[in-house]
Amino acid sequence: MSNQNFQKRHRAEKRFKAYGLISLVVAASMLAVIIGSMAYKAIPAFNNYTLNLEIDMSNQSTNSTIEDINYRGLLRDSLFSLFPEIEDRSKKRKLSKLISSSSSYNLQDFIIENPSYINKKFYFNVLFTDDSDLFYKGYVDTSLPESERRIDDDEVLWLEYLYSLGRVKNKISSNLFLNGDSREPEVAGFFGATIGSLITIFVTLILSFPVGVFTAIYLENFAVKNRLTDFIEVNINNLAAVPSIIFGLLGLAVFINFFGMPRSVPLVGGLVLSLMTLPTIIITTRSALQSVPPSIREAALAMGASEMQVVFHHLLPAALPGIFTGTIIGLARAFGESAPLLLIGMVAFIVDIPGSISDPATALPVQIYIWADSPERAFVAKTSAATLILIGLLVIINLVAVILRKRYEVKW
Amino acid sequence: MIAASGLLSFKLGKRRARSQLENNEPLRSMPIYHGLYVSLWTILPPIFLLILFLIFKNNILDYLITPFISASTITMGLDEVIYVKNSLMNNISNLNNLIDSDFLSKEMAYSLYGKYSLGRLVIFGSLVILSIIFSFLTFKKLSVRFDARRRVESIFKFIFFLFSTMAVLTTVGIILSLIFETIRFFSHVGFFEFIFGTHWSPQTSIREDQVGSSGSFGAIPLFTGTLLITAVAMSIAAPLGLYSAIFLSQYAKPRTRDWLKPILEILAGIPTVVYGFFAALTVGPFVRSCGEYLGLTVATESALAAGAVMGVMIIPYVSSLSDDVMSAVPVSLRDGSLALGATKAETVKKVIFPAALPGIVSALLLAISRAIGETMIVVMAAGLAANLTANPLSAVTTVTVQIVTLLVGDQEFDSAKTLAAFALGLMLFAITLVLNIFAMIIVRRYRERYE
Amino acid sequence: MNDSLKNKSLIKCSDVNVYYADQQALFNINLDIKEKEVTSLIGPSGCGKSTFLRCINRMNDVIDICKVEGSIKIDNQNIYDPEVDVVELRSRIGMVFQKPNPFPKSVYDNVAYGPKLHGRILHQSDLDSKVQESLERAGLWAEVKDRLQEPGTSLSGGQQQRLCIARAIAIDPSVILMDEPCSALDPIATAKIEELIDELKSKYTITIVTHSMQQAARVSQRTAFFHLGKLIEVGDTEKIFRSPEHEQTEAYVTGRYG
Repeated sequence: MSNQNFQKRHRAEKRFKAYGLISLVVAASMLAVIIGSMAYKAIPAFNNYTLNLEIDMSNQSTNSTIEDINYRGLLRDSLFSLFPEIEDRSKKRKLSKLISSSSSYNLQDFIIENPSYINKKFYFNVLFTDDSDLFYKGYVDTSLPESERRIDDDEVLWLEYLYSLGRVKNKISSNLFLNGDSREPEVAGFFGATIGSLITIFVTLILSFPVGVFTAIYLENFAVKNRLTDFIEVNINNLAAVPSIIFGLLGLAVFINFFGMPRSVPLVGGLVLSLMTLPTIIITTRSALQSVPPSIREAALAMGASEMQVVFHHLLPAALPGIFTGTIIGLARAFGESAPLLLIGMVAFIVDIPGSISDPATALPVQIYIWADSPERAFVAKTSAATLILIGLLVIINLVAVILRKRYEVKW
Repeated sequence: MIAASGLLSFKLGKRRARSQLENNEPLRSMPIYHGLYVSLWTILPPIFLLILFLIFKNNILDYLITPFISASTITMGLDEVIYVKNSLMNNISNLNNLIDSDFLSKEMAYSLYGKYSLGRLVIFGSLVILSIIFSFLTFKKLSVRFDARRRVESIFKFIFFLFSTMAVLTTVGIILSLIFETIRFFSHVGFFEFIFGTHWSPQTSIREDQVGSSGSFGAIPLFTGTLLITAVAMSIAAPLGLYSAIFLSQYAKPRTRDWLKPILEILAGIPTVVYGFFAALTVGPFVRSCGEYLGLTVATESALAAGAVMGVMIIPYVSSLSDDVMSAVPVSLRDGSLALGATKAETVKKVIFPAALPGIVSALLLAISRAIGETMIVVMAAGLAANLTANPLSAVTTVTVQIVTLLVGDQEFDSAKTLAAFALGLMLFAITLVLNIFAMIIVRRYRERYE
Repeated sequence: MNDSLKNKSLIKCSDVNVYYADQQALFNINLDIKEKEVTSLIGPSGCGKSTFLRCINRMNDVIDICKVEGSIKIDNQNIYDPEVDVVELRSRIGMVFQKPNPFPKSVYDNVAYGPKLHGRILHQSDLDSKVQESLERAGLWAEVKDRLQEPGTSLSGGQQQRLCIARAIAIDPSVILMDEPCSALDPIATAKIEELIDELKSKYTITIVTHSMQQAARVSQRTAFFHLGKLIEVGDTEKIFRSPEHEQTEAYVTGRYG
């Protein structure tokens, strides 16, 4: 009887331990599932199929300026020449929609840079549209009825014919990394959003680091324990747990409506995010300062140093690695934040790459949100790719924090 | 420019102190402090003034521009006036742009630019004069017995104090702005209609004259929706997080713990927009097809999908703090139980868990607060329609989703629609504030007990 | 009890070596602990006496880096045998720690914890009487009988330690291990605990680690002297204190070092 009792209890023990292990494994594998599914879905975003077209500019009239040339017409003529049997106007229009509408601008840019090509015949690579591109990547199921797919039977025939001509090439998509946003998935990239994010984070850093560190120094070393400092502490701890969207509301009401700052700019974004990051920096700085043993402080005070000198000569240098780590972690959180930015208008469709704190901009996480909302299928891959980049950047930022801590951490 | 004057006065003060040092009289403070003292007094007043100007810059510009607009265009609508004002404001520092602009005649452009330049000169001049006066006054004060160090330190201390009030100012800013807009909202919509109304459809006010154009603002379905999704999230995060914490704090070897814990915490570090995308793209359709397989009707944007993903996100919020508090339970208690012949599981369940309960409760409260305020996941994966239901398979909307939908895109600032977002924000802030403060109090009591 | 039984060894330790990671803490300990007597382990700090005590109920298993070699036999069974169930083993051995460590539960629940755990008592009334019996034996009943539902942590230090003894007694152990049970207590509380130990030895085999030689002399019948992880000498307490065989022992008990 007693023996049985012990066996039962040991089984309960094993079950209990297994629950713990299973929970951990489930949680960790969710991480793997998320990153894995993003990586899998992002694959088509990294390359583009291009079509090699022969452009005939030999009979361009010389009196028209470079801007006036009908680049669209040139591209269409070249494309149609590959399909001499197509006469029907609507079919021709459908045919011309296989290639990206951005191609004519690309050709224009190319000619502006290389005017010598005017009056020549040459080959030029143009992008396919997102749907044709997905067809080549094998994402169009031709066994479905025609009405249920984005590429109809005619287009399938044409695309296959183009492929058989050997004019279709598979290239790494530089647009993804170097362009701003666009309505055309094959052209859109996250470079603009990344720059927007960096500018915003820079503003955040400039504002929140000094204020956060000095606040922590004040509370830790100078503040007398009284109601006011107690209240400040409660405030800081609470702000650390206030939903981020509330900061967005604050930014909208105070910075934009009350102070009349412009919408959609990194300056306001940085202001809002720095208010959000401040508690994190204060809390980590304080614990870094606390970890410096009191003996150091006492030794310096006994040497006749003032409180201020103790802080700046002894405590701060010793606590610096911890402070940097905390700041980086806080900034990493701000870097991935999007909800407050939505409210202050950093969710606009912005093609240009921002150059200053007062240029309209968006941020990388917000770009993901915008793309995720777009109906075009090709944006799924783009979004996943941007997601991977965002996670990758965050991993790098956090690694820097870990390395800093490991390298410079002072053990007392 | 301010920096330069600061540097200059720093050098002067320091040199003066040095020269006195050469007269062989001991200084009370090091020369550097004399320099700092003068330069602080030279820099700070103009900086303060400059900040004031920057804050009120738009108001001043507005004051300058308004007479020109009323003179040039009376027939314009309100929108146009604002547009013209903004375009003038943006171009006011550039005379050529002003002349080129369509809204002003050449003479008016010159006159406006003249006023603007004059204003700038006045501001600039007052900064310089202020700076000179203060530096001169403080410079006179310097002497051998002058305790510059203490003064400099108290100035610094004061600056630090100002910084530390930032947190309070932020809270005050949040509360004031939310309350202010909420009061305006309640002038459009009744308080009880908002709190107890069960119908939410703010999107109807397309035309002013339309019947029922005010929309209805009953917030109950939003709160039930938020609760439903939070409940789903917690029913995933609480068991997984707690069991993970138990494993980490009681079973895992220190080295295993060292790498398992960061992995778990990555979950909290992944941007929420990624979770939102994952929920909308993968989990939502997956849950729906599972439901279909079982013969259930499941909305694509089901509360279950959004809640489940949110649950995964907040696992570390539960596990991290729970792990900390369980590890903080004195080893002597654990040993006492083990020595009596308890298994580890029994020790955890009967001794460690009850002892750590306050900390665990506050971890759960903080996780709930996080779930209620979470925005991106629900914006991307939950619905927009306000359904009053407790069925996790249907689509519900949440407070945060509505705040975002009401405020993203173009809006006028006075409509009940936009103001409603602030009223919702105030409710959200109040709820999370109560949860956070409860959690804080419980944790503080707990710490006092074991430290 | 008749006297011939008194000399029977209950615990036999042979060649016990203990390592913390690479560092050896105990060297070839051979020690017999006799039934229904108090054996005290003395020696300077860090000599391994607590480590040895924790080997007897395998509490060292809790420490990952700790490794135990050799054999410790209780009733002729090696407790380090792979098939021995640690939980069952500990349910036969009570332990009292250096610092009183009552669970953050009521006085009653503290004492009832062990019996409930092992499922040995099925009826509430039996449990009540078990709790009362244990508290009585620990000499605490009179003081706490009206405050059974108050938290154990609300008692005074000495009471807490007697509560921990009552908690240990409640599982009906054959052996009670005490790891410096009085080091956190004042002299009056210490005297009470010592009295208690004296009474308990009629029913239990007690092994006590102590820093105080007076205490060892007062409560124990046999004394073992440890030094730097080695067992230097073991024998009747009187002999150890009056005429030790080893110089080191003599130096220690006369207070010349340690």
